[in-house]
Amino acid sequence: MKKLFRFPGGIEVPQYKEISITQATKKAKLPARLVLPLHQHIGAPAEPIVAEGEIVLKGQKIAHATDYVSAPIHAPTSGTVSYIGDREAPHPSGMRAPCIEIIPDGKETWVELTSHARDYTALDPSSLRNVIREAGIVGLGGAGFPSYIKLNPGPGREIETLIINGIECEPYITCDDMLMRERADEIVAGVLVIQHALQAKRTVIAIEDNKPEAIESVKSAIKQLAEDLIDVAVIPTIYPAGSEKQLVYAITGEEVPSEGLPVQVGVVCQNIGTVAAVYRAVHHGEPLISRYVTITGDVDSPQNLEVLFGTIVEELVAQCSDNVQDIKRLIIGGPMMGFAMHSLNIPLIKTSNCVLVDRGRHSQFSGREHIMPCIRCGACAQVCPIKLLPQQLYWYAKAEDLDQVQNYNLFDCIECGCCDYVCPSHIPLVQYYRFAKGEIWQREEERLKSDKARLRHEFRERRIERDKQEAEERRRLKKEALHKKATNAENKDPADEKNDPKKAAILAAMERVREKKSSQKINPKNTDNLSKKQHQLIDEIDERRKRQRQDEQQSGVD
Amino acid sequence: MKLYTPSSPHTHAPISVTKVMLKVLYALLPGIAIYILLFGWGVLINILLALSAGLIAETIMLKVRKRPLFPFLTDGSAVLTAVLLALSIPPIAPWWVPVFGVVFAIIVAKHLYGGLGYNPFNPAMVGYAMLIISFPREMTSWMAPKSLTETELGFAESAGVIFQNPEALKHLDAISSATPLDYLKSQLGLDHAVAEIIQSNSIFGGIAGAGYEWVALAFLLGGVWLIYQKIIQWHIPLSVLASLFLIAGIFHLLNPEQFASPLFHLVAGATLLGAFFIATDPVTASVTPLGKIIYGAGIGLLIYIIRVWGGYPDAVAFAVLFMNMCAPAIDYYTKPKVYGQRNE
Repeated sequence: MKKLFRFPGGIEVPQYKEISITQATKKAKLPARLVLPLHQHIGAPAEPIVAEGEIVLKGQKIAHATDYVSAPIHAPTSGTVSYIGDREAPHPSGMRAPCIEIIPDGKETWVELTSHARDYTALDPSSLRNVIREAGIVGLGGAGFPSYIKLNPGPGREIETLIINGIECEPYITCDDMLMRERADEIVAGVLVIQHALQAKRTVIAIEDNKPEAIESVKSAIKQLAEDLIDVAVIPTIYPAGSEKQLVYAITGEEVPSEGLPVQVGVVCQNIGTVAAVYRAVHHGEPLISRYVTITGDVDSPQNLEVLFGTIVEELVAQCSDNVQDIKRLIIGGPMMGFAMHSLNIPLIKTSNCVLVDRGRHSQFSGREHIMPCIRCGACAQVCPIKLLPQQLYWYAKAEDLDQVQNYNLFDCIECGCCDYVCPSHIPLVQYYRFAKGEIWQREEERLKSDKARLRHEFRERRIERDKQEAEERRRLKKEALHKKATNAENKDPADEKNDPKKAAILAAMERVREKKSSQKINPKNTDNLSKKQHQLIDEIDERRKRQRQDEQQSGVD
Repeated sequence: MKLYTPSSPHTHAPISVTKVMLKVLYALLPGIAIYILLFGWGVLINILLALSAGLIAETIMLKVRKRPLFPFLTDGSAVLTAVLLALSIPPIAPWWVPVFGVVFAIIVAKHLYGGLGYNPFNPAMVGYAMLIISFPREMTSWMAPKSLTETELGFAESAGVIFQNPEALKHLDAISSATPLDYLKSQLGLDHAVAEIIQSNSIFGGIAGAGYEWVALAFLLGGVWLIYQKIIQWHIPLSVLASLFLIAGIFHLLNPEQFASPLFHLVAGATLLGAFFIATDPVTASVTPLGKIIYGAGIGLLIYIIRVWGGYPDAVAFAVLFMNMCAPAIDYYTKPKVYGQRNE
C-alpha cells in the first residue's frame, strides 16, 4: 500500500456505530405510500412524465432529467400515481416541494430491464455514462451530485486516481459499513465499471480503520474478482476523513483547488453506495430506487434497512421503535453535519443516509450548554481540516463584515463542525458561517438584480435621448436644405424654381404648416434631466391631448 | 409534535470554559503547594485575599453590567486572574497590595474592556504592572525561603505581617530578602562578576534561587501537564523559553562575568510561570501557529532585555503586556495557508 498523508486538524468523536451493526440489513416494509420529491439531487429538478391515476411499474421512469446537471426519478415499486404536487420535503427549512406520490399495489412488478453485464466494456464511454445517467444515479454520500458527470473528466484529462469513499466518518452512521460487509462483490464489480469508464490509472477503496469487517470483506472480494486492479487504503479514524477534500489529500497528498473539483488534480471520488448502484444499473439494468439507511440514536432497535425512496420517515422509525410520539429531534444525516427536520412526515430520498432520532433519553448527542464569549483559545483553528481561522470568521460573521469574512476564506469552509464541536464557549460557529454565506449569496443576488434594473433604466434613458437627438437632427437638416433652396432661388436662377414650381409650392406649404405646428407646440425646456416619473407624467399628458384631439376631430366629423 | 431544529453539529465535546480554567488551576497546584511549603503561609493568605477580592469585584461588575452571575461567576476566569496575580506578589506584602491589584485587574483590565474574552491585556499582568509602578517598595520586598532563615512564621504571624500587626512586623527584618534576580542586578551595578555574586549569597541556591527554583520547576511540571491535556499548545511556552535561552546564551558566552547563564534566566523569577501560565492566556495571546511562535519569542527577548538593561529586576509582566499589544497585528500577518488556496 502506498503512503498515506495526514490532513491537518480533525477530531476524534465518540462513534456510537456499534449500536446499529448488530443485525443484518433487512428490507424495510413496503410502505402504504411513497412520496418522491422531484428534486433529490444537485441541479435542476426532474420533470414528471406520468399523470395522476397512471399505473406505473417498479423501476419505470416517472420523471426525466431536465438539464445536464439533473437526474431522472423512477418508481420504487409498482402502483398507481395518486398525486402530483407539493408535499413536505426533507429540507431543513420545512418547506414543501413538488413530489410524485405513488400508492403501491404490493405486487412489485418490475419494468423490463436491460443488462449490460457482458457488453459494458464494449460500450463507448458516452453510452456507458448514459446508462448510469438514465438509472438516476447521484452521489449517495450526501451531496447528490449526478454521478455520470463525474465519469466524464473532459477531453485530454487523465484520471490518475479513482477513490472509492468507504470512510463514513460521521458517528452513528453505518450504512456504508453494512453495504461493504454484505455486498462487497457488487461494490467491486461496480468499481470495475467506473474504472473502465474513467480509464483510471490507480483505483483505491478507502475505508476507515474502525471497520475491520468491511475491510476484510472488500479485500476478499477484490481477491476473487479484481486481483491487483484495486487497492484498499485503511485510513485512521479521524473526523472528517470522509470529506472529499480531506480524502483526496489523505490518498494523494494533493489539495483540491479552492472552489475547484478533484478532477483538477486528476482525482475522481465516488461513494461506496454510488458504486453499488452503478453495478446494479449496468449489470442488471436496475435504476436507483432504494438504498441502505441507518436508523439509529434513541430507537429501540437501531439498525440498517434497505429503504425504497419516498418512504416516510415516521413509518420507517416505527419499524425500529415502538413509540414515535416522544421524538424531540430528528436528524437526517449524522450528528456532525446532518440536518434537523421540522417533521416526521417527510420522505427519504437518494441522499438520506441516516435517520438519527433524539428522544431526550440519552445525552449521547446532547445540545449545547450556555453560550459563553469566545476566549480565543484557538481550539477551533487547531481542529479545522481546511486550516481556516474559525475564530476570525466568527468575529467577522457576527459583525456582518461580509468582505472580511470572505478575505478569511469563508467559502472554503466545508461546515464539518469540528470547530463548533471543540469550542469550550459552546458558540454555534457553523450557524454563524451558514448565516454569513446566506447573507453573501442574497446580497450578490440583489446586486445582480439591481445591476440589471440599472442597466435597463440607463438604456431607456439613452434611447429616449437618442430619439430626441435624431429628431432634432432631421429637423435641422430639413431646415437647412430648405434655407439653401430659398437662398438659391433668390440669388441665382429663378428658372430653377420654374423647373418644378409645383414641388416648391408643396414644400413651402409643408414648411408653413410645420412652422405653424411648432409655434403652437410649447417648446420643452429643461427636459434633459427629467426623472422617470416626470417622463411618465409627460407621456400621460401627451396621451390625454391626443385623445382630446381625436375626440374633437370625431365630433367635427359628426 | 414540534421538533427541535437546531443547526449542526448536534453533538459537542465535553468541554467548557469552566473546565479549561479549572484545568489551568489544577496545573498550578503543585507549584502553589511547594511555594507554601518553602515560603510559608503568606503565600496562601495572599491567594485567599486575592480570591475573595477578585470574586467580589467580579460579582459587582457583573451586577453593574447587568450580566447573569451564572455562568459568568463560575467560569473560573476571575479565580485564575486572582491566583496568578497573588503568585506574583511578595508573600509578605501588606494585605491591600493583592486586594488592590486584583480589584484593578478585574474592574479595569477585564470588565471595562468588555469582560471575559474581550480584554486585550492579560488582567493579572495589568494588575501587577499597576502595583509595581505604584508601590515599588511593597512589590520588591520579598522573603528568603524558610530554609535560609532562623525565624519561621506560623499562620497567625504570617497573617500578622500581611495585616500590618506591629508585633508581627518585627519579624520582617529576619525573613525579608531580595530575590536572586534583584540581588544580581544591584550587585552587577556595583561591578561585581556574576560568579562572584552568586557565590557570595546563599539565596542563589542550585540554579537560580534557593526555594524559588523548586517552585519554578513545579510550575514547569504543571505546564507540561497542560500541554499533555491539550489545554495549551507547545508553541508559546517553547518559544518564550527558547528565545530567552538563546539570547541569554549568546551574551553569557560573550561575557560570562557580566551576564548570567541562560539556565539561570530560565529558572529564575517568573520565567516558567510566565511561559506556561501567563503568556499562554488565550484571550490576549496570538492564535495562529506561526503567530504564537513570534509572540512567544518576543516575550522571551523582552524578558531578557528588561531584566538585563531595564529598570526592573523581573520583566515577565511588561514583556507579556507589550506582546499583547502586538498580538492582533501578528495574527493578521501570520494567517496560515488555507487548504486549496494558492500561495500568493
